[in-house]
Amino acid sequence: MTNAFNGPGPDAVFAAALAEGRFMLQQCDECKKYVFYPRVLCPHCGSPELAWQFASGQGVVYSTTVVRRKPEQGGDYNVALVDLSEGPRMMSRVDGIPPHEVSIGLAVCAHIIDDPKKGKLLVFTPAQGGVA
Amino acid sequence: MKATDLRGKTAIVGVGLGGLPGVLNAAPNRSSMEIQTEAVHQALTDAGLKPSDVDGLFTGSSHAFMPALSTAEYLGIRLKISDTTMIGGSSFVGHLLPAAMALQYGLCDVALICYGSNQGSGFGKLKSMSEPQTYEAPYYPRHPITSYALAAARHMHQFGTRREDLAEVAVAARRWAQLNPLAFARDDLTIEQVMASRMVNDPLSKLDCCLVTDGGGALVLVRSERAKDFPRPPVYMLGTAMAHWHRQISSMPDLTVTAAAESGPRAFAMAGLAPADVDVVELYDAFTINTLLFLEDLGFCAKGEGGAFVRGGRIAPGGSLAVNTNGGGLSCCHPGMYGTFLLIEAVQQLRGEAGARQVDNAHIALCHGSGGVLSSQVTALLGDASTL
Ligand SMILES: [Zn+2]
Repeated sequence: MTNAFNGPGPDAVFAAALAEGRFMLQQCDECKKYVFYPRVLCPHCGSPELAWQFASGQGVVYSTTVVRRKPEQGGDYNVALVDLSEGPRMMSRVDGIPPHEVSIGLAVCAHIIDDPKKGKLLVFTPAQGGVA
Repeated sequence: MKATDLRGKTAIVGVGLGGLPGVLNAAPNRSSMEIQTEAVHQALTDAGLKPSDVDGLFTGSSHAFMPALSTAEYLGIRLKISDTTMIGGSSFVGHLLPAAMALQYGLCDVALICYGSNQGSGFGKLKSMSEPQTYEAPYYPRHPITSYALAAARHMHQFGTRREDLAEVAVAARRWAQLNPLAFARDDLTIEQVMASRMVNDPLSKLDCCLVTDGGGALVLVRSERAKDFPRPPVYMLGTAMAHWHRQISSMPDLTVTAAAESGPRAFAMAGLAPADVDVVELYDAFTINTLLFLEDLGFCAKGEGGAFVRGGRIAPGGSLAVNTNGGGLSCCHPGMYGTFLLIEAVQQLRGEAGARQVDNAHIALCHGSGGVLSSQVTALLGDASTL
């Protein structure tokens, strides 16, 4: 039974998985497309038949910006949109290289880190081999 | 019954501004309601009407929960219909549709569209009721600029658009503002100065961003059949269309194509017009990238060619296309939501009362509102009596 109207809501399921170190995506049983952010209805076809799958964690930077911030407030940081290999796009950031070196087209892979303020947080680092 | 039935059936017979330099009062310590009401008073006076003549209200706010109730009570008026559809800064261009429908069906006889905010003097920086987006907020995007920066970065990557092209938009807006005594920012501005201004969210610098000011705008609308009974030349709504495809930037299908690509053609179809027919263009320029995206999506140039299109002062005074003739959100005013100012500037141009910034032979104006983070898009085509 994959119907998203049963049990805890998809937001809660996603958050619980993330808290245990797992990055899960919904996949629609009807149209087979992947869905992010989590929903009770597929935004592609309207079906409530959505099954949870382990995400590959592979993606490509679709766009990127450096949010400028004073050094005493923590310095500049990256915000990126990542196109997951399963299809959906998500906002995240790319760690492991300076924020201004993150470039569109960069191949990245997901990591779940312990963020001091947000708890378990999904971020990306450059994948082995670089450009997708 | 079809959408094109609304063409030319609604007339704008009064416009008013408040809280801008050179209008009645731009002093600090004025509330948003006081600024809005100054604009309403100006618009009603322009139309030769009193508050008690208004029986339909179309308004919005970024800080009031029930703005129609507050506005009507403050004005001491009793309404037959009100609508506060909130789709961000484009809301007030969007209000043309329910206002036109309500007038056409006799649900009201005098419709008022209005907005006011003391965002510049009252609370100094961007503030709204906008709810944080659950799946974006953990990465601390700065709302709303990070979203627009991501769109600009993608446009530059995909089409070779340069920061100089974005700067050209800011300089054109400033040159129009220098012709408008009501504009907030009128100092000389060069492309080099825009390029050298403090980077906020790459590739957008401080001067790629709209102003944060006070301001209010109001418009009075009636059925066209009685438009000639009013003191000022009527301006007619020829076509209006709305489209929205996303709420948050991570859900925008293609960051280089806004839903203006859908609202624009539908509005042109309702009006029976094409981009080449437009004499004056008012685009919601919250950030410089907006102007490029909307020029492309609305059909003034091909997708990806917005940067090349604006080069060499083409949208500045004396250029081949008059864009954002009041100075826009970048240099005239931007009190949180800018929609009313698009319409008011278009009306003033079509009436021929725009002074030093008047565009010659302006008969047809396009107003394009955008709300959220390039999310809601509303295109309106307005015309003078010769276009009916
Ligand atoms: Zn589906």
